[in-house]
Amino acid sequence: MIYLDANASEPLRPDALAAVHSALMQTGNPSSVHQAGRAARRILEEAREQLAFRFSARPGNLVFTSGATEANALAVHGLRASRRLLIGATEHDSIRASGSEAEIIPVDDSGVVALDSLEAMLGSGPPALVCLMLANNETGVMHPVREVAALCRSHGALLHVDAVQAAGRVPLDLSELGADSLAISSHKLGGPAGAGALLLAPAHADICPLIAGGGQERGRRGGTPAVAAIAGFAAAALAASGGEHLAPLRDSAERAAVARGAVVCGAAAPRLPNTSCVALPGVRADAQVIALDLARIAVSAGAACSSGKVGASHVLRAMGLGPLAGQAIRISLPWNADPAHVDAFGRAYAAMAERLHAALPHDGSREAIMR
Amino acid sequence: MLIMVAMSGGVDSSTVAGLLHEAGHEVIGVTLQLYNHGAAAGRKGACCAGQDIHDARRVADHLGIPHYVIDAESRFANAVIADFADSYAAGETPVPCIRCNQTVKFTDLTALAGGLGAERLATGHYVRRVEGPDGAELHRAVDKARDQSWFLFATTRAQLAAALFPLGEMPDKATVRFHAERLGLRVAAKPDSQDICFVPSRGYASLVGRLRPEAALAGEIVTLDGRALAEHRGIAHYTVGQAKGLGPASFDAGERQVVVGLDPGRRRVVVGPRSSGSREVWLREVNWLVPPPQGAIHCSFKLRAREEPQPGWVRAEGEGAVVRLDQPSLAAPGQACVFYDGDRVLGGGFISRPAAATVGRAL
Repeated sequence: MIYLDANASEPLRPDALAAVHSALMQTGNPSSVHQAGRAARRILEEAREQLAFRFSARPGNLVFTSGATEANALAVHGLRASRRLLIGATEHDSIRASGSEAEIIPVDDSGVVALDSLEAMLGSGPPALVCLMLANNETGVMHPVREVAALCRSHGALLHVDAVQAAGRVPLDLSELGADSLAISSHKLGGPAGAGALLLAPAHADICPLIAGGGQERGRRGGTPAVAAIAGFAAAALAASGGEHLAPLRDSAERAAVARGAVVCGAAAPRLPNTSCVALPGVRADAQVIALDLARIAVSAGAACSSGKVGASHVLRAMGLGPLAGQAIRISLPWNADPAHVDAFGRAYAAMAERLHAALPHDGSREAIMR
Repeated sequence: MLIMVAMSGGVDSSTVAGLLHEAGHEVIGVTLQLYNHGAAAGRKGACCAGQDIHDARRVADHLGIPHYVIDAESRFANAVIADFADSYAAGETPVPCIRCNQTVKFTDLTALAGGLGAERLATGHYVRRVEGPDGAELHRAVDKARDQSWFLFATTRAQLAAALFPLGEMPDKATVRFHAERLGLRVAAKPDSQDICFVPSRGYASLVGRLRPEAALAGEIVTLDGRALAEHRGIAHYTVGQAKGLGPASFDAGERQVVVGLDPGRRRVVVGPRSSGSREVWLREVNWLVPPPQGAIHCSFKLRAREEPQPGWVRAEGEGAVVRLDQPSLAAPGQACVFYDGDRVLGGGFISRPAAATVGRAL
């Protein structure tokens, strides 16, 4: 199998596997008083320090969670209070489902947040909590988060950044970014699934918990931490030193798709080096994903839900892509991508495009795009 | 051979996947997501997958075959559910399973199968595909009690050529369950599905009333000569040939009454004696599985899903056909009339609403 779906989950990094294994061999609960507890606690706190160091946060301001969905939910829960909630139009479902009555900040046709709209929204009405992702999971498109942070500061708004896809792939520094909080996920940077973290600016270090439980994480997240997953998370984060080397491979995969009539979504915007979202006009996304899977190539379509059903993507719809929103697949190269795999993808894509174009009824969108 | 199996999550299609896999074919399972199960179950924001999709995936896991869920929600809503409600509002009694087979299943899945390089699309229907001198033929199932040929008359000859119906040869359902058990399928004892899949347990009339409120408005139940006998609760509750639910209109002049016509314009249900059927039945959207005959041919006809075929004549009439039955019958508009030569399906069409003059002055 050729795995080109890193934005769903990165392959486990060897350093992470070693750290998980070693932590699993250590019996103990970090809350316990005895030596086994202390040993577990030491693993937990070293991981916290490593992650805080890696993303320029203070260790005391890093709260471990079960993953980024929980970290996003904790941020919205803890920072919102009586604030208005403004979220980007292309945010992940974990943000979209995190609070009621959210107002949507539009994006331009490249998928980049419309700063003038955001400014107008911030200027009219009570103080807001703004949620904006650093890089989009489906397109890799990056928002100008530093500018957004400055806008938020000048309007008395708070900013939460979902940095799940950016972490480990592009430089990420909480203090330099100017955000109030930042969510990251272990398995999106080559650690095991089951761990995530919310990094907080000093002003919000005492965030109100979603789950109080036994008061772990200094009262900010109850429940025994998943020590082994967290150890792997930290090891993966240290090993994940940027994805620039993937850009030429990504471009090569993209060229192969474009040669068959594909349109690159968000091509004009700054993007993650590993991600490409390519729409094949007139061919439904689920058929493309299935055809490539049968050719042993794993890619995905953005909007797959837990049933495995692939629907039209809200991200691509927000970018004004119309029918193409249901005709795009995402190629996301893993940290260990092999150039030969990208070549194989190009060949399989060509065969897939030819076969599906011939067999599937056309709904006119292809012609609409070509015009 | 690479075969795509349409897996509903029930015992029939699961057994088809199991048998084809056992026979050494390369099998791909697909399950259609036809509507949002979360919404149907009243769960807000639930993400789709119902128990049937879960079962289909677990059967595929057990067999070690790839399985995919296909989003057919908008297609199903337009081609099947909207048509279902529109038909009731127009005074007809639709057969949504035929529309679904005709659109979502055989048109769309056959195309997808072709696009993925599969030679056949297999389903769990109880019909037989027989290789004849002029290509594939559609025949009734060996198990006459389960035969579904009436529901598949609209399958085109090209779709039939690419189809596979392994259960058509099964002597009975017990044999299917035996194979499911033998193959270790978790659904071997799963109860058969009943009724119309997308209709909630409160019944189809509330769904129709939501989509087409006029079909749920009260009106008069009248006799063939126009006398009002009672009130009804909306024409969507009635089907031509129906005897239940007529209340005080069940008897007129001592004679048992049944529904003989529906008049959506005046919101009337017309009743008459069961003998007021007609020999002539006009059909639209006819699909021929033989070359359309020149002139009339004698064969037998099924006007309902569950009835013995009855003899008569049929001739093609443009896109439609005219059937002349040997014995009069109460044909329900919107239902299918399927033509048989013995076990072989020759074709079929949807029963049209009769011209006003033919069902008495009340219409």
